[in-house]
Amino acid sequence: MKRYLPFVILALLAVVPLVGLNSYLMHILILFVMWSVIGMSWNLLGGYCGQVSFGHAAFFGVGAYTAGIFYAKTGLSAWWGLPLSIVAVALFALVIGFIVLRLRGPYFALATLAMGEVLRVTAENLTNLTGGDVGIMIRERTWVEKIWYYYIILAVAAITFYLVKIVVQSRLGYYFVAIREDQDAAESLGINTTLYKTIALSLSAVITGLAGAFYTNYMGYIDPKVVFALHDISIITIMVVMVGGVATFWGPVIGSIIMILMSEVIRSIPMLGSAHQTFFGMLLIIIIIFLPNGIAGDFKKLKRLIRTGRTT
Amino acid sequence: MTAPQIEVLLQTLIAGFLLGGLYALIGIGMTLIMGVMKIINLAHGELMMVSMYIAYWLFTLFGLDPYLSVFIAAPVMFLIGVGLQKFLITPVLKVDSILPENQVILTVGIAMVLSNLAMLFFTSDYRSTPVSYATSAWYLSDHWKGSPIELSLSIPWTVSFVFAVAITAGLWFFLTKTDTGKSVRATSQDFQAALIMGVDVDRMRMLTFGLGSALVGAAGCLFIPIYYLYPSMGGQFTLIAFVVTIIGGLGSTAGAIIGGIILSIFESMTATYLGMGWAPVDRFVVFVAALIFLPAGIVSLARKRRLGK
Amino acid sequence: MLDVNNISMFFGGLAAISNVSFSVNKGEILALIGPNGAGKTTLFNVVNGFYKPSHGDVFFKGAKISNMKTHRICKLGIARTFQVVRPLQRMTVLDNVIASAFLRAANKAQAEEIALDILSFSGLYDDRQALSKGLPLGKRKRLEIARALATQPAMLLLDESFAGLNPSELNESIEIINKIKAKGITMMIIEHHMKVIMAISDRIVVINYGQKIAEGTPLEIRQNPLVIEAYLGEAAHA
Repeated sequence: MKRYLPFVILALLAVVPLVGLNSYLMHILILFVMWSVIGMSWNLLGGYCGQVSFGHAAFFGVGAYTAGIFYAKTGLSAWWGLPLSIVAVALFALVIGFIVLRLRGPYFALATLAMGEVLRVTAENLTNLTGGDVGIMIRERTWVEKIWYYYIILAVAAITFYLVKIVVQSRLGYYFVAIREDQDAAESLGINTTLYKTIALSLSAVITGLAGAFYTNYMGYIDPKVVFALHDISIITIMVVMVGGVATFWGPVIGSIIMILMSEVIRSIPMLGSAHQTFFGMLLIIIIIFLPNGIAGDFKKLKRLIRTGRTT
Repeated sequence: MTAPQIEVLLQTLIAGFLLGGLYALIGIGMTLIMGVMKIINLAHGELMMVSMYIAYWLFTLFGLDPYLSVFIAAPVMFLIGVGLQKFLITPVLKVDSILPENQVILTVGIAMVLSNLAMLFFTSDYRSTPVSYATSAWYLSDHWKGSPIELSLSIPWTVSFVFAVAITAGLWFFLTKTDTGKSVRATSQDFQAALIMGVDVDRMRMLTFGLGSALVGAAGCLFIPIYYLYPSMGGQFTLIAFVVTIIGGLGSTAGAIIGGIILSIFESMTATYLGMGWAPVDRFVVFVAALIFLPAGIVSLARKRRLGK
Repeated sequence: MLDVNNISMFFGGLAAISNVSFSVNKGEILALIGPNGAGKTTLFNVVNGFYKPSHGDVFFKGAKISNMKTHRICKLGIARTFQVVRPLQRMTVLDNVIASAFLRAANKAQAEEIALDILSFSGLYDDRQALSKGLPLGKRKRLEIARALATQPAMLLLDESFAGLNPSELNESIEIINKIKAKGITMMIIEHHMKVIMAISDRIVVINYGQKIAEGTPLEIRQNPLVIEAYLGEAAHA
């Protein structure tokens, strides 16, 4: 039964829009799937390989701008940005990896945070290339109906899900976990930790970059403050995975649903409108202290909590 | 170099130096916390922001000069710091989780809550404390009639600098001459040894976090007369604190002072000669460069040379 | 098999190791002993590739390894365990060993085969589906050795594999060591447990304050006045 769960979920997600959802609900669905993709990719690097990135917005943004700049400079469809972003982000990830992967633990986290912000400011300043603060607008909308965008991102999500599964159950997966648990021991057991960390980073970056390129095409407008956002992208990514469950297959998906729903609920209550950072912050604190492995990771703890009000 | 060029250079250096004292104070709290507790506090800047709001309201409602607010805000921040340490940070350190970086993420959550609450309560409007001497300055030409160049020292900048130096000196005295202070340093240099010597480590942690928060709170009071205030400004202070800490070396107060001045002068120079647009990038670049090339801080370089190879 | 030539290691101005030289012969068990802080683990770190020696070099099977990266040294045939055992906590014992077995395996099936083999050898076969997190210390230490064995080393560096074990666990571990020796694998061990050392080592090297103060068979070492002084001296100052 459990083996077929992914197929069942995929099938459900595929038919859901056919019942005829309004534009707003389709938008929510698309966001949910997109964030699942970003979450799954972060999970590969952070959850499985233990390298906690605070700057995934950098990859999202580079992917987004690859599509945007390509369109702006050539006038051709921004959808070419998707395959192009794979190359662009991969190269970018290799360069970044060379610089920051030598740093351990929290220093790696801080360096990636810096990376995201540096990219944001760079994009704001290189106005000839990126349009600066004005951003890039895509004038021709590919489809009016949101459903086609949905199926594209759903396809990306399905591929990502299976890719993660295959990787985690292979040599790569074992090496990633070994590196996460004790990098020195892993190195002593013959694992080329630099190489494998780089692979993890590159895979993670490329998938997030794809999501970015998709975003450009879907939203039709990007600017540095949006796609390189520390709080709205990098930190949300971390929250999606932490709330849902680090180092689990379904964690990012669960986390994505929760974060999106929470976001929309808060937004719809007039008084609380701009308080969502407070709620997110509090959620993060609560999860970190009581359910650090997320809903999927600490499922037993969660059941106990609901039943008895205690976690031990 | 021509007189105007020398003037610009000197003015840039002076501005960098004065602000450097303040940067050092911002960073000193963090270097203590990181050195003693090995805790990375991404909410450091938000604590400074909270302190600045305290100073702001004391000024606006009671007319209390920000420099005097130090005596109120610092103790308040100390208590807040102790509270955070006791109720949030200690539990997180005990938790068993897959991800090693929990503690950092916790402080991100704290930062989010603090800055958002500030925005909800106080709105995003820029605030400032327009003290009577805000624009006063000391001019070189007033004192040296025949001076070929003009230099000005802004009074608030100078006063802040002096206060920062005084507080830093006070801290140094505390750390080297008092028993409690020595325990703090001992815990930072060798945790196990401190435990064996009977140092109450939990108390040390609370004290250190409280102290670090008080220090950055004091820095906030010294900063508000020369700048302005808004809820989301915490981030840049956190970054400054980090750069200062990394350059200077974890746990080193002397390093923080050197780091603060280096960073500030570097920023001052790039702002003058490269332009403001790229300014935010400077800090990050210095940060990453320091992480990679100077992981043990500048003070360790000095130490190496003294001991020989 | 292993030649340590005039190794010195400086940290800042401090000499953690000064001019240490010795060799480990094929198939033997060499014990590295000395008071705490003498530099034994540092020596391991140098041989293992974590530190590049400030002076001197290390040769393994005739090849210079002193400036090689650790994972390459492992590929050449030196595997190492750590004092503080940290297995892959949330994985099963079997998965733990599979992770290291991949070094010599072309695919997962082969790795699993090697892993199962090693687990039987180490007496952990029955525990293979248990989470390594819940294992008692003795089994965790054996798992640590098993993980190193899965890389099919020619030489094993064991860092305090006997520390903290109760008598029955101790016997189980000694048995494993003997089996490893019977397979022809060379071993260098750091250990404080004197009885164990005297019983299983072929030769002993004694380190104090970063310097080699004695080398010889267990019998010679036991009677060596310098060694006695080093240990008694430590007891006197403690």
